Amino acid sequence: MLLVMALVAVMVFVLTRAASGDPIGVLLGDQATEQDIARIKIVYGLDKPLLVQFGYWCKELLQGNLGDSIFLQRPVTQALWERAEPTTLLALMAVFIATAIGVPFGILSAVFRGKLVDQVCSGLAMLGASIPSFWFGLILMQIFAVSLGWFPVSGYGEPGASIWVRIHALMLPSVVLGVLNSALILRFTRSSMLDVLGEDYVRTARAKGLDESVVVLKHALRNALVPIVTVIGLTVALMIGGAVVTETVFGLPGVGNLVVSAVLRRDYPVIQGALLVVAGIYVLINFFVDLLYTVVDPRVRG
Amino acid sequence: MSAVPFIRRRTVLTAAVLVGVSMGVPVFAQNKSALNLAMIGEPPTLDIMSTPADLVCIIMQHVFEPLFTFDAKAAIVPMLAESLPKVSADGKLYSITLRKGVMLHNGRELNADDVVASLKRWMDVSPRGKSISKEVADLSAKGTHAIEIALKNSYAPLLSQLAMASGMAGMMAKESLAQPLKEFVGTGPYQFKERRPDQYVLLTRFDKYSARKEAASGYGGKRTAVVDELRFVPVPNANTRVEGALAGQFHYADLLPIEALARIEKAPGKVVPIMTPSFGFPYLVFNTKEGVNASQGVRQALRTAIGQGEMLAAGFGDTRFFIAEGNHFPKGTPFYSAAGTEFYNERNASKAKELAVKAGYKGETVRILTSRQYEFHYNMALIMAEQLKRGGFKAELNVVDWATLIQRRADSKLWDIYITHSGQFPEPMLSPPQLGDGAPGWWSSPAKQAALSALNQEPNPAKRGALWGKVQQVVYDEVPYVNVGKFASLSAKSPALEGYTAHTYPFFWNTSLKG
Repeated sequence: MLLVMALVAVMVFVLTRAASGDPIGVLLGDQATEQDIARIKIVYGLDKPLLVQFGYWCKELLQGNLGDSIFLQRPVTQALWERAEPTTLLALMAVFIATAIGVPFGILSAVFRGKLVDQVCSGLAMLGASIPSFWFGLILMQIFAVSLGWFPVSGYGEPGASIWVRIHALMLPSVVLGVLNSALILRFTRSSMLDVLGEDYVRTARAKGLDESVVVLKHALRNALVPIVTVIGLTVALMIGGAVVTETVFGLPGVGNLVVSAVLRRDYPVIQGALLVVAGIYVLINFFVDLLYTVVDPRVRG
Repeated sequence: MSAVPFIRRRTVLTAAVLVGVSMGVPVFAQNKSALNLAMIGEPPTLDIMSTPADLVCIIMQHVFEPLFTFDAKAAIVPMLAESLPKVSADGKLYSITLRKGVMLHNGRELNADDVVASLKRWMDVSPRGKSISKEVADLSAKGTHAIEIALKNSYAPLLSQLAMASGMAGMMAKESLAQPLKEFVGTGPYQFKERRPDQYVLLTRFDKYSARKEAASGYGGKRTAVVDELRFVPVPNANTRVEGALAGQFHYADLLPIEALARIEKAPGKVVPIMTPSFGFPYLVFNTKEGVNASQGVRQALRTAIGQGEMLAAGFGDTRFFIAEGNHFPKGTPFYSAAGTEFYNERNASKAKELAVKAGYKGETVRILTSRQYEFHYNMALIMAEQLKRGGFKAELNVVDWATLIQRRADSKLWDIYITHSGQFPEPMLSPPQLGDGAPGWWSSPAKQAALSALNQEPNPAKRGALWGKVQQVVYDEVPYVNVGKFASLSAKSPALEGYTAHTYPFFWNTSLKG
């Protein structure tokens, strides 16, 4: 795990500095001369050789310090912490919706393989995977926020808003993300269930005269869970840093939004810190998914 | 108690709360009057001096105030200064008296020491201020409520520079000055309360604000903070700003796509469109230092091939949103001049070819640096490349992101033309930066020097208009940059927002909420 993180740290630093553009030119704007830019670079230590900058960043990193943002006038850790809540809530709500759609319809699809139900479910899944999230977001926004006025168009509540108001603001974006990501879970559930439904023990269960719902939900689903859990875990991880488009459309102060605006402005400390933390969360989620295997499939323990 | 009923009950409760929240609970409980103002993004900083970014200015002009400002007719009027300065006969000494009783947000009265320290910082950190510092011989306090600025030579744009809202020479409490600025202690009608990146910048009414007595006019005159709170909300997606305005979530939505006008016009009870004419001008900067455009003859040939009318149509579509005219300043303003405009919008391919041959053009590639940060830049670049090809030039588009463009344009080896835009300001020396020294393009010539010296050293505003005409002529002749034309902007406000008047930098003092 530590090796992965060290590799990520090196990659992140190299990639951010390899990209052209510099944050100070963006900060100072059109009227700035080369001398102005050079002068402010010294303030942020960007005038030093890259190796020195890397060494300094690593030293701070080992002390748990991700540095200070050039644009946000606050430490990167604080900027990330402020975004932890919307991002986590959005990811959890979206995964809940994605799972609630993907797993049952995946099972139905597998059970009624080749029938109309399967074709409709698979067709909708393909449609879901193909719709651009910004378009779907704008459509939902027009219907539920502009016409019906049930939800706010964008933002994460006003200053001092309660948690319910904040969750309310996350509903439309989580439906967008949930519906679009349900396609992958549906496909995985379907194929995993199809593998299992052909197994001998399923035939035996049916031969015993067990109710079909017990056969499918207890005997088959339990054994098909490992790939489904994997894909759900990956979906959560993906949403921590990857819900960029949805966050932008709905003006949410999430991690994805932070990273994209940091990349556009070349806010190096934020790009580096955020990518490192997101990579860490990825690794952790994968670790927990591995642990979950032992719960859903006791054979893994052995 | 068994687990199952517990889960069921909790599920039912959660569902009930969620449904309740979505159906009826008010989303925006309001104890105080507040304006939700949708901005185009997150401000890069809140230090109004350090950047000319419009967004920073729009927000922080409520917190910081300059010594002078512009009224509705673009005339310079006092703001924190008591009156316009006394200027010595040779135009080199400006004596400025400050208004008494102006309170800073930290509860102390603004004095001459704050003003001197703020101006020194402005001349140190602001790109515009730095150019002024070259003109200033001495800056000092005279007692508690007066200052003197001694110039090396007469420099007429000084007051305009001090009055400009973006990159503002804003007055700050001396004890708050730092680099980077951490505290935002000004004198404006609103004070800084909180910044949550990507969520909002919150300003609250400053109860001890000391307003001017004159009637409000433009940015000048009496400012009153009627609404308790201003919430500047970053909404980077332009379509979301449109939807938010239509849904009534925002009292004001800044810079909307022109295509949205039809939808806004169809919803008269919900949202009011705001058009700001002559909001800004796109311009093409030519690299006069190196490469194919180092030759003035080639630049003139390129100018001849270009058709600004087509470019504006590609950039802005709706004819209500652009004016294809060669005068750099609008008709009816002091700097209006038609000098050189016969070279505007020529779009003459055969003449361009002739001029190119005469200038010794040998088929070198003309590299056009542009970005899609602003879609109209890119659309104009596409048309221009085709116009240049028709004029016999080998044109190549180099499309990069904005941060890369800013970096690359500083290197004269990497480009021949780049595209940008500026606000339309009331004083020529405020923009574009190519009129100064050292800006990308590196324009420097005896004719430039002579024309600009005459303009800058003429203290009589009435005579400066004609002198600008001479500068405009040199710009058309030497082609350091090409002014493409003027464009209007589209924003929107709620019908409930009253007292709002359209300006380049929208402000919300003197506005109120109906009901």
